[in-house]
Amino acid sequence: MTDLAGLASYAAFFLAFAGIFAVIVLGLNLHWGFTGLFNVGVAGFVAIGAYVSAILTTPDHPGQLGGFALPVVVGWLGAAAAAGLAGLIVGAATLRLRHDYLAIATFGIAIVIQLVALNAQWLTGGPFGLHFVPKPFEASLGAGLPFNAAYLALVVGVVLLVHAGLERLVRSPWGRVLRAIREDEVAAESLGKRIFAFRLQAFVIGSAIMGLGGALYAHFIGYIAPEDFLPILTFQLWTMLIVGGAGNNRGAILGAVVVWAVWAISGGALRAIMPPDAQTRGAALQVVLIGILLAAMLILRPRGLLGEETAISRHAAAREPEG
Amino acid sequence: MLQLIADGLVVGSTVSLGAIGLTLTYSLLRFANFGHGELLTTGAYAALAVVTAITAWGVDAPPIGPFSFGWPLLVALPVAAGATALVALAIDALLFARLRARGSAIVLIIASFGAALALRNLLLFVFGPLPEYYSREIQIAVALVPRGVMGGMRVTPDQMVVLGLALAAMVALHVFLTRTVLGKAMRATAMNPDLARITGIDTAAVIRATWILGAALAALAGVFAGLTGQVRTTLGFELLLPMFAAAILGGVGSIHGAALGGLVVGLAESLLTPVLGAEYRAASAFLAIIAILLVRPAGLFGRVAR
Repeated sequence: MTDLAGLASYAAFFLAFAGIFAVIVLGLNLHWGFTGLFNVGVAGFVAIGAYVSAILTTPDHPGQLGGFALPVVVGWLGAAAAAGLAGLIVGAATLRLRHDYLAIATFGIAIVIQLVALNAQWLTGGPFGLHFVPKPFEASLGAGLPFNAAYLALVVGVVLLVHAGLERLVRSPWGRVLRAIREDEVAAESLGKRIFAFRLQAFVIGSAIMGLGGALYAHFIGYIAPEDFLPILTFQLWTMLIVGGAGNNRGAILGAVVVWAVWAISGGALRAIMPPDAQTRGAALQVVLIGILLAAMLILRPRGLLGEETAISRHAAAREPEG
Repeated sequence: MLQLIADGLVVGSTVSLGAIGLTLTYSLLRFANFGHGELLTTGAYAALAVVTAITAWGVDAPPIGPFSFGWPLLVALPVAAGATALVALAIDALLFARLRARGSAIVLIIASFGAALALRNLLLFVFGPLPEYYSREIQIAVALVPRGVMGGMRVTPDQMVVLGLALAAMVALHVFLTRTVLGKAMRATAMNPDLARITGIDTAAVIRATWILGAALAALAGVFAGLTGQVRTTLGFELLLPMFAAAILGGVGSIHGAALGGLVVGLAESLLTPVLGAEYRAASAFLAIIAILLVRPAGLFGRVAR
């Protein structure tokens, strides 16, 4: 019976994590999948969300800014707002230029955020990170399975909400402009669309969603540290999107679950195979594995598992039944 | 002050070599290669493997003159360049060429990001997480300027040879690109690939030459970075942002710009260290990138790229 409870607890833990990844990948999907914007600093935006929400909600702690002990919801909203603001700054500087520049600038901001997280002890707790990030429901329900299950329900709710919101957005005229820009910038511009404004809007919204995902992470684990937001995280998230199918919101969610499963299983297998003194090397091999998965996916099935739906007006199909 | 300038120039010359390779691949293959840093790391570890192998053979190789290294490192340098070129060609054949053939050039960036992480972790798997050195010899820095004048300037013989060899490599590259047929073909392909193909230039060969040249310079930069610092798996990754800053500052595609940009970025990093604090040293390259993009996105010598 306890085994079953332990298994259920782990399943809830695993799925809650997959759900948190799914939220972030949905944000990335708005960037890359729908607008064609290269964000190589996803981990940075996630980190902003996690730290801002943690600072807003943790109880007071000497020698540390923050400790506002605000409600968790306020922390989440603050997280999304802060990450969106970061997106606004980076986007304003780079979105008029070639896509490579955005990639380089986002890569840079992720490194700077990593440096701040590591060194600004008064703000981020430095290498020791921030502890005692409040876990919603834990006090009333108890740790372990009840908390994991309740948080899983919460995460699923957020995933559904973000998914529904994004689906509405990308199917609206606004979303069609995004895809038009992605496919042919010049054509979209010649139709009078202000490319820069649309790109910036999409970039800010996507960044805010990533920040929300970071906050979800912080309140699930209850502890955040700089090494939670290394470039490897960005890479995992990108692999999730590519595997699931860029440009498809359900694909983004599926990719998060699949890649997280591959990651967890391969990690467990390598830990079991490698001798204790070679664990670091085993972890390195795990990253190589995911790298090969991404490369293979790009070459063999570039559309991903689900792929983007073909966007043809239903009226066009009705008028020309023969195609 | 003078000391900061000297340190900045030594780091900058390494950044320059890396940035030249980066700007070459950028202008000929038309994508920002996030795996370029790992080519530096590959070069550094290839040289380390050669030096270790020669020493393990039981060959007595005392340090040359005032330098910390003996002849094995000089042998290792071309071997490392060759090995890194092979790695670059292999990655291109396995990954980038296939993506290029499908015309999805835009995906190349994320593919390079993945290749970089895989390569770095493969090196971590093979060589382990501990930093290594080419030599354990202790070197005495030479005082070029006495302490009384602007804080003085002390430089180790290794640093001088790094600066000298880096400058020599840049001059050699300049001669190659302006005086040889292959060099001219590379410049033509960078300017207009379609026109180059029409005039009978073998663009596939040009792409191979680009990888070989870029990787060889990267290996050189990697060995130099390892010689003046530590050989570790994050060596190239840590230089990636400064290299991008140098390439953007110089104007993407401009070899001279990248060479100069590297020195400027090295100097800026060094001079900003007392202001920002040593722990934020890596942030200065990012600040430089944002400043350049806001003020003059085309860089010093580049054309406006959109």
